[in-house]
Amino acid sequence: MEQIELNYPAKRKAPKRAHVGVVGSGDMEVLLEPAEGTVARVFIRTSVDGFGASWKAVLDRFFAKYDGAARIQINDAGGTPGIAQLRLEQAVEVSEQ
Amino acid sequence: MTDKRYGANFIHRQSFIELDARERATALFDAGTSRELLGPFDRVESPWLAMQGVTPQEDDGCVVMKGKIAGQAAVVVALEGAFQGGSMGEVSGEKMTAALDLAYADSKKGIPTSAVILLETGGVRLQEANLGLAAIAELMGSILLLRKYAPVICLSAGTVGCFGGMSLAAGLASYVVMTREARLGLNGPEVIEQENGIDEFDSSDHALVWAIDGGEQRFATGLIDALVEDDTPQVVDAIRRFVGKGVPAVHRSTQVELFRSRIKALDTSRQWEPNELRTLWTAKSATEGKQ
Repeated sequence: MEQIELNYPAKRKAPKRAHVGVVGSGDMEVLLEPAEGTVARVFIRTSVDGFGASWKAVLDRFFAKYDGAARIQINDAGGTPGIAQLRLEQAVEVSEQ
Repeated sequence: MTDKRYGANFIHRQSFIELDARERATALFDAGTSRELLGPFDRVESPWLAMQGVTPQEDDGCVVMKGKIAGQAAVVVALEGAFQGGSMGEVSGEKMTAALDLAYADSKKGIPTSAVILLETGGVRLQEANLGLAAIAELMGSILLLRKYAPVICLSAGTVGCFGGMSLAAGLASYVVMTREARLGLNGPEVIEQENGIDEFDSSDHALVWAIDGGEQRFATGLIDALVEDDTPQVVDAIRRFVGKGVPAVHRSTQVELFRSRIKALDTSRQWEPNELRTLWTAKSATEGKQ
């Protein structure tokens, strides 16, 4: 298992917390919680080691659009980059509802 | 497709199996009455999995909810079959046991609180071996306490089913509800094949596996109380009905002589077919008719 931490600039506090997904094979859970300040902190725990660059690419793309200040925890059981992107977008959708 | 087993409303069904543990638990309550206890944001996760390189889940694959079912106080504990095969670890076991113990305390105080346990599990989580075994033992003790005051209802909808130590927990329940897709057994087919060889049990023969462990067979031989379709309203109806029935006059697990005599009467010198057992062990000891 590998732990990855990434930080991104934020402009506004995320409206409310959201929990989506399950740590099942090929999937992941995402927990998004509003945070104070102007930074979004992402904590990733993944069962597949050695894909730090892929995670960074997915998160870079996600934060090109998302500007919420939040603490985001991702618990991953081997999801693909596509799954990661969808779960993150789903978490934002629930948070912004 | 005119297979009558699937009825005319097949395509209009709202699958229960396709729901995750949290959605399943929520679906069972009277609308708007449920709240989750120790949810994912409380971050009570397994301390043992990360040490072994396994990603934990924040709720440890165990969803606990309190609310009302058919107007009565109830707690629902749902295992998430997709996380580590719904296996029982230290945290998930403790959450389940504590939920039942609180229901017991409330029931004793005069607020009968039913428990519904959603079993999608292979039993003990191997990474937490002895702690998982202890958890199941504690859970069985808690079921025995609570079931004197309020019904404990086990539901296995599938597709993981219920195996290992948790099948013993199901055996102690006041009522057991299954779908045709679910399986219930002590040793899973693959375990039996591994231990006793493919002649004993061919786990790749799905028709055989379901003919023995499947919900339809379990119902026909009187080992469970209701067989429901994979349809959320049907599942909810069955659970509401059993909550309403309250504590059964006789629990299945106390009918020791009945089950002993069944096994004793079997001529084990020949191979029995699952269908023959249905005529030999009728559903007469089951408390409910097929829906």
